[in-house]
Amino acid sequence: MADPNKVDPIHQFLITPVVSFGEGGFAFTNSALFMVLTVGLILAYLLLSTGRRAIIPGRAQLVSEMLYEFVANMVRSSAGTAGMKFFPFVFSLFMFVLVANMFGMIPFFFTVTSHIIITFALALLVFAVVIVYGFWKNGFKFLKLFVPSGVPGYVLPIVVPIEIVSFLSRPISLSVRLFANILAGHITLKVFAGFIVTLGALGWLGWLGAILPLVMTVAITALEFLVAALQAYVFAVLTSMYINDAIHPSH
Amino acid sequence: MAGQTPIIIVAQAEGGDALQQGVVVDEHATDAAHATGEVHATEEAHAEVFPPFDPSTFSSQLVWLAITFAVLYIALSRVALPRIGGIIDARKARIEGDLKEAERLRAQTDKAVAAYEAALAQARQDAGKIAEDTRQSIRADIEGKRAVVEKDLGTRMSEADARIQASKSAALGSVDAIATETAQALVAQLGGDANEADVRAAVAEAKGAV
Repeated sequence: MADPNKVDPIHQFLITPVVSFGEGGFAFTNSALFMVLTVGLILAYLLLSTGRRAIIPGRAQLVSEMLYEFVANMVRSSAGTAGMKFFPFVFSLFMFVLVANMFGMIPFFFTVTSHIIITFALALLVFAVVIVYGFWKNGFKFLKLFVPSGVPGYVLPIVVPIEIVSFLSRPISLSVRLFANILAGHITLKVFAGFIVTLGALGWLGWLGAILPLVMTVAITALEFLVAALQAYVFAVLTSMYINDAIHPSH
Repeated sequence: MAGQTPIIIVAQAEGGDALQQGVVVDEHATDAAHATGEVHATEEAHAEVFPPFDPSTFSSQLVWLAITFAVLYIALSRVALPRIGGIIDARKARIEGDLKEAERLRAQTDKAVAAYEAALAQARQDAGKIAEDTRQSIRADIEGKRAVVEKDLGTRMSEADARIQASKSAALGSVDAIATETAQALVAQLGGDANEADVRAAVAEAKGAV
């Protein structure tokens, strides 16, 4: 950024190396830094708050337990007790996305989940887990997933391709949903905040006019906090439901 | 696990990328995985590229995502989640144990109360029985003693009666003789000669009239 007065809502997504290990893809960028911070915060909080293993929990420990119960209930209700072996996986995804989203709400912080490659990699990981476990558990019966029961045979040539396409589009929809929500929200926020700066430079009338975008910025900030939590929840719920398909492939 | 995860992610992510941007890489379909990265990197290296779609940053992000997510998953599944689950289970077990203990103690209390009630009722019954027995034995004692006394009195009374009867009849027997003698003497004094048998008959007649 050569000109600090120019408002650039895209600049926040720029990846810049913090420490470079020379050629290759291993550069420690701001994105990598915030992934490390995300994981560090999650682990530090969960481990420190539960360190005393108190029977009567304090506030910090209660938050950890509530997160645990929340995700555990989510997995149990959508994938059943058999799905509980994927609980650590879903919990990891939920916490990673949640904390990465929340980090993104802090000014000047980088938002890891605003990059399609990250959300797509996570979605593909879910997809890979579902396919591998589905075939390992059910063998070729896993393909029943594409043949809904109770459908008359002459409809199957239409239904099966639809089911396959809908299955294959899952990782795309899962990743794009998270990525687009975070990206769009952050751009909107920066654009409205940019209006305040631009109008504020026009004198007292501009100051008056800047009130509206200021109110909007505050409102959108609140909305973005909601979106950040909601998208983490949606990601985790959909993961649980896809895992349920892997465990019980017949509809 | 930790070693495998990154490989899967990298390979599939690039495959998926090729799928998404199929039009661009169509002619390179055979080596799509390499083509996407290279084509974009060379074409757009100096252009103003939208950062989230800049493929030159993909590999670095994927590597660090794989490392951090693997660390997160392993630490959570091995340490943090078993610990939290253990805390919750321990609490649940503690609460259930306490409830069970309270239930046991209440049952014990109920049993003690029932035993006390039974003992009380037994004692009350015993006390009533003792009182009744005592009353019975005293009454029997009194009855016996009274019977003895009454019998004694009866015999004495009948003895006395007999004696009275005897002396009375004895006295009455003497009366006849005296009356006969007196009457004979009276008749003799008056100058008559009274046959003893007649006098006796007259006395008997007079006695019958009285």
